[in-house]
Amino acid sequence: MGSSSSISSAHLLRLYDRFESLDRDNRGCLSPDDFEALGGLAMNPIGGRIMEAFFSSGQDTVDFSSFVRILAHFRPTDRNRNKEGAQQELPSSRTRKLKFAFQLYDMDRDGKISREELLQVLRAMLGLQVTEEQLQSIAERAIQEADLDKDDAISFDEFKKSLEKTDIDTKMSVSFLK
Amino acid sequence: MELFFNPFDNLVCILLGISFTVWFTLLLVFIIVPAIFGVSFGIRRLYMKTLLKVFEWATLRIERGAKEKNHLLYKPYSNAIIAKEPTSLEEEIKEIRRSGSNKDLDSATEFELSDIFYFARRGVESIMDDEVTKRFTAEELESWNLLTRSNYNFHYISLRLTVLWGLGLLIRYGFLLPLRVTLAFTGVGLLVFLTSIVGLLPNGRMKNFLSEKVHLMCYRICVRALTAIITYHDSENKPKNGGICVANHTSPIDVIILASDGCYAMVGQIHGGLMGVIQRSMVKACPHIWFERSEVKDRHLVAKRLSDHVEDKSKLPILIFPEGTCINNTSVMMFKKGSFEIGATVYPVAIKYDPRFGDAFWNSSKFGMVNYLLRMMSSWAIVCSVWYLPPMSREEGEDAVQFANRVKAAIARQGGLVDLLWDGGLKRAKVKDTFKEEQQKLYSKMLVGTQEDRSRS
Repeated sequence: MGSSSSISSAHLLRLYDRFESLDRDNRGCLSPDDFEALGGLAMNPIGGRIMEAFFSSGQDTVDFSSFVRILAHFRPTDRNRNKEGAQQELPSSRTRKLKFAFQLYDMDRDGKISREELLQVLRAMLGLQVTEEQLQSIAERAIQEADLDKDDAISFDEFKKSLEKTDIDTKMSVSFLK
Repeated sequence: MELFFNPFDNLVCILLGISFTVWFTLLLVFIIVPAIFGVSFGIRRLYMKTLLKVFEWATLRIERGAKEKNHLLYKPYSNAIIAKEPTSLEEEIKEIRRSGSNKDLDSATEFELSDIFYFARRGVESIMDDEVTKRFTAEELESWNLLTRSNYNFHYISLRLTVLWGLGLLIRYGFLLPLRVTLAFTGVGLLVFLTSIVGLLPNGRMKNFLSEKVHLMCYRICVRALTAIITYHDSENKPKNGGICVANHTSPIDVIILASDGCYAMVGQIHGGLMGVIQRSMVKACPHIWFERSEVKDRHLVAKRLSDHVEDKSKLPILIFPEGTCINNTSVMMFKKGSFEIGATVYPVAIKYDPRFGDAFWNSSKFGMVNYLLRMMSSWAIVCSVWYLPPMSREEGEDAVQFANRVKAAIARQGGLVDLLWDGGLKRAKVKDTFKEEQQKLYSKMLVGTQEDRSRS
C-alpha cells in the first residue's frame, strides 16, 4: 500500500477472514452471487453499482488483492500537517475517493456524467417514491449547478469542483476497530 | 520346523491383556456406570477448571510475545470489524451537505451530488461486516485454547508454548479421541439394541418406564463421549407431556444435550444409513415423529401429525428447533412459525455454549457431519449451559408470528444472545426488496418532502 497509514497485518487478516466467509463455495475468489447474498448490500439502493466497482475490469470474479484494493478506497485519508500545524488531506487520497464516487454515477465510464446517467442513479436511490417529473427537475437542477462548461454533462473536474468544500474523508471512510 | 515362542512375546501379550482389562474397568466404573444411574463423580468439572488455568497462561504468553515484537495482535472481536456510526440517513446526508456549502441548510435540502457518499459508505460497510453472515462463522475467542484451529497469532508462540501445544495434541488425539470414539460406539450400539428389545414389550406403563430409562442412559453415555459438561438451570420448568419444547440451534449435539436430561419425542426427516437405523429402532420404544422426505413439504400433514401428538397426553413433549438451521451461538434468528400455530404450550429452552473449550457450531457449508463429529471429539470439552424457561402460551389476539417472536426474545435474553429479525434461511436465499424500498422511502422523504413544503409557501 506504500503510505504511512497502510493497512496493518492484523486488519488485513480480518479482511481475509471476511473474504473467506463471503466466498461460499471456497473457490478463492468472489462472484456476483456471493455479493448478492449480503443482506445489507441487497437493500442498499445503489448496491448493484457498488458491486460493479469490484468487477469493473471485465472479469466475473474478484480475488483477494482486488478486493482489498477496492476497499482501500475507503481507508481514512492520510493527513499531512502543513506549516501552520493544521491538518490537510493528502490530495491523492481525496482524489481516489472522489474518483470512486464519480464512477458510481458514470456507468459507461466515458469520463462524464450525462443527464441520462444522473437520472438512472436518482431513480435507483429514490425508487418508485417520486414521479418522473420530480426526478427530471432534480436532475436538471443538479446539472445546472455543477455543469460549468455547459455541455450538459458533468465531467470529473466539474464534479471535483462542486465538492471541493465537502468533507469527504469522514463521510467516505470506514475505520477498523482497534 | 518348530515355532519358537519367544518369552518376550508372552510378556507383551500379558501386558496388553492387563492394560486392556484395566482400561475397560476404568471405563466401566468411571463412565458407564455413572451414566446408567445418572450420577457424576465431578471429574469433568475438575478437568474444566484445570484447562481454564492452562488457557489463561497460554494467552498471556502470546500477548507477551507480541508485545516484545511490538506488533499489533490479531484481536478477535465477536461484535464488529469496523466502527459503525449509528446515524440515520437524514442526519448523515445533512452533515455531508453542511460541510460542502455555506447555504442556510434548513431551507435548501435538495439533491446534492455528495448524497451518494452515504449510500456508498453504507454499502461498503456491509461488504466488510454485516449482521447476518458473521452469525454463520465460528465465534472468535479472546484467549487461546491450544487448538490450532482457533489461533491466528502463530508467530508469537514461544518454545514452551509449542511444547504445551504438542502435549495437548498428544492427549487429545492419542487418549481422548479413542476413548470418546469407544464411548460413542457403545452409546449408539446400546441405544439401538436396547430400544429394539423394549419395543418387543406390549404397550403400557412398563414399556414407557423402560424406554425412558434406556433413552436416558444411552444419551448420557453419548454426553460423556463428547466430554460435555452441562449445567442445567431452572429444572422445575422442564417440559411436560403435551407440550412443545423449542430451543435455539447451534449443532446436532443440542439434541443429545437436551435428551440426556429429559425424555422428548423427536421430530425429523427419516435418513438412510446409520442415522436411519437409529431412528427406526428409537421409534419402536416410544413414539417419535419421523417424516418421509416427501411428507416434509406438506405443511398441513406436518401440522396435523404434530397436533395429534400433543393432544395425546400420554406422549412425550416434542422437541423442535424453529430456526431451521444451525447458527453460531451468538444470536437467535427468526423462528419459523409452524410450531407456534399448533396451539400447545411452548416450553422455551436456551442453550449457550462456552466457546473457550471448543467451538460447537456446525458450519454445514464447510464441514460434513463426520468431519464435524471428529472435530468435536478432538476438542478439549464441550461446556454449555441450559436454561429451562417458564412455559408460554399464545395469548388472545396474538398471531403465530408474534408469539414466535416473543418466545425468541425470551430465549435470546436468557442466553445472552443477540435477538435478530433476520431469517436463518438468508444465508442461502436472497433478500426481499421491501428492505430496499424502505431506504428509498427515507431518502425521498428528505428530498421530495421539502419540495412539497416549498410549493405550499
